[in-house]
Amino acid sequence: MYKIVKAKELASSIVYFDVEAPRVAASCLPGQFVIVRMDENGERIPLTICDYDREKGTVTIVIQCIGAATNKMKTLKEGDFFHDFVGPLGKPSEFCEEDLESLRKKKIIFVAGGLGTAPVYPQVKWLSEQGVKADVIIGAKTKDLLILEDEMKAVAGEVFPTTDDGSYGRSGMVTNTLKDLVEKEGKQYDVCVAIGPMIMMKFVCLTTKELQIPTIVSMNPIMVDGTGMCGACRLTVDGQVKFACVDGPEFDGHKVDFDQAMKRMIIYKTEEGRALLKQQEGDTHHGGCGMCGGDK
Amino acid sequence: MEVDVMKKVPVREQDAKERAANFEEVCLGYNEEEAMAEASRCLNCKNAMCVKGCPVSINIPAFIEKVKEGDFKAAYEIISESSALPAVCGRVCPQESQCEGKCIRGIKGEPVSIGKLERFVADWACKNGIKPAKATEKKGKKVAVIGSGPAGLTCAGDLAKMGYDVTIFEALHEAGGVLVYGIPEFRLPKTRVVAKEIENVKSLGVKIETNVVIGKSTTIDELMEKEGFSAVFIGSGAGLPKFMGIPGEQANGVFSANEYLTRSNLMKAFDENSATPIMRAKKAVIVGGGNVAMDAARTALRLGAETHIVYRRSEEELPARVEEVHHAKEEGIIFDLLTNPVEILQDENGWVSGVKCIKMELGEPDESGRRRPVAVEGSEFVIDADCVIMSLGTSPNPLISSTTEGLEVNKWKCIVADEENGKTTKEGVYAGGDAVTGAATVILAMGAGKAGAKGIDEFLSK
Repeated sequence: MYKIVKAKELASSIVYFDVEAPRVAASCLPGQFVIVRMDENGERIPLTICDYDREKGTVTIVIQCIGAATNKMKTLKEGDFFHDFVGPLGKPSEFCEEDLESLRKKKIIFVAGGLGTAPVYPQVKWLSEQGVKADVIIGAKTKDLLILEDEMKAVAGEVFPTTDDGSYGRSGMVTNTLKDLVEKEGKQYDVCVAIGPMIMMKFVCLTTKELQIPTIVSMNPIMVDGTGMCGACRLTVDGQVKFACVDGPEFDGHKVDFDQAMKRMIIYKTEEGRALLKQQEGDTHHGGCGMCGGDK
Repeated sequence: MEVDVMKKVPVREQDAKERAANFEEVCLGYNEEEAMAEASRCLNCKNAMCVKGCPVSINIPAFIEKVKEGDFKAAYEIISESSALPAVCGRVCPQESQCEGKCIRGIKGEPVSIGKLERFVADWACKNGIKPAKATEKKGKKVAVIGSGPAGLTCAGDLAKMGYDVTIFEALHEAGGVLVYGIPEFRLPKTRVVAKEIENVKSLGVKIETNVVIGKSTTIDELMEKEGFSAVFIGSGAGLPKFMGIPGEQANGVFSANEYLTRSNLMKAFDENSATPIMRAKKAVIVGGGNVAMDAARTALRLGAETHIVYRRSEEELPARVEEVHHAKEEGIIFDLLTNPVEILQDENGWVSGVKCIKMELGEPDESGRRRPVAVEGSEFVIDADCVIMSLGTSPNPLISSTTEGLEVNKWKCIVADEENGKTTKEGVYAGGDAVTGAATVILAMGAGKAGAKGIDEFLSK
């Protein structure tokens, strides 16, 4: 069992937890992920690490409560436990192994979308600790869903908040902001790291291809074990089959087959929806989900 | 009870039609009377060939003699000297090619049903709360075992019996390895059998730490240098699935057998109360002919699918245990033999709609001694399906070998280890099971776990 030492709501349906997991805290690096299970019958949920404290032995995760399992997590509070918490899984971000000299010469732009802001944070923080100040675009649908802005400002170069509806910061899609920065505001970037919903990463990659900026993305496909065993997370990258859990989760965004990856995300959509309905309606559920047979 | 010495006492099974729709155990096992009757068929050979056929050398005639006498406790003690997991082995060992394959009784008639007797004794001991004997003396040395599958559990059990302080590190959230994620409930009940056997290993003093991925959470070098382990046994299995590399394999509805079985077995997705989803297919095609293919097919069938096994050789070459093939057929699984998939067809939304196959015929024997399947030109045809499960074997996970300095692997990424004692190229590090051999059987892994324990004891006694 893994104790929650701090719990807070960052935005509506987005929750933050500091969890006691000394083995993970001791060995994790930016870019890696963990798999958590809330209880005995819980699903294994992969989550990219948002922060870690090696001394306290804690790891921070941020969860968006959308599925049946994650919705239950909203009820967790300080002093509660996760049944399971395993990691760190996947490879660390490439720059963790890069020569510091050459890294310090690079100008890096991060594009964080929605919950993707959480895994961007430890990367920007790590770079800042090495003396590299990266710029960050934080995108959200609307002001209330924009997270970790102050935390990011403390470690980044410039931060550009962006909302789809224009309720805060720049208005429109993150891709517009990125284009404006490069084409109109004279910014130059050597590398772009984009983390967020797959559809956002796809369009960021189309934009950076045009702008000729090499781009790294962090893929979050369906997974079970997270150690290379099940193959559920397979993706096509540069025509080759890769497992996001062991070969990634970060890949060259210009080589990822996003359309295929997005199609694969819907495999369990109906089943997930069914589980959600069952949870919300409990014993009162008598069909309508199209799956349970109750409406036959 | 009357016994025909030439024939096995038949074992009761769940009716094929009934069990095709549930996940309860297929084989119900012997009762006391049946077990004693079957035991009476044993010739108690002086030069027992069956023992030579057993990878962990259980004293088979001795335990059967005790069953014959009705002294089941004594029978359990004899088995326990050699095996940490008798309830598992009695259920999943390929006895026909091991102990029973060598049985003298089997020359003229049917061999003694050694597997079913082992299972009976283990289940009897479990029901009566009998535990294996604990070590009396402590060695004061720590050994780490990586992986809690058959190799790891056996190695840990043996070392604990010798008095070592053993900790098993397991990557998943539950101990048992392939016994938990791979082999289905209807063949190997998890709570009633696997969990009980693991409890027995723990009762010897073995500690199990789950959710630790060696190579990620920590490394072998750190375990030895910082956590005080004097020796390490690697029993991490062969976990990586293989795919065919044919077009359409990324379509929705194509799974590795590993994924499909892990969802059903470890995550209990077959149960309505599990939060983990699994595809309940209408028509499933399972590619492959091994035990894992049978397990995946029989799982898909139980989840409601019309199920086909597609295998490129003929029935004779099916690598699965005879009993599994027999059970699968009884349950209504359709075998499309001498057939090989060439492409997976998909609809406009990326879901599987069928499997394009080609007919095969057997040509000259290849290096494995089996006749090589050759495609029959122009014989392509389509099997309609909404689900394809690839069961083509697995290979070892490089997570450990790639993070351990000085640990040699061969060209298949299998850890190089001495068969006699599990010794690897790194001092103090031993290995066995699928991590060394590539995908094999539970009992061979257990044999390797035993050898590893012996090797570690010799190393630490120096």
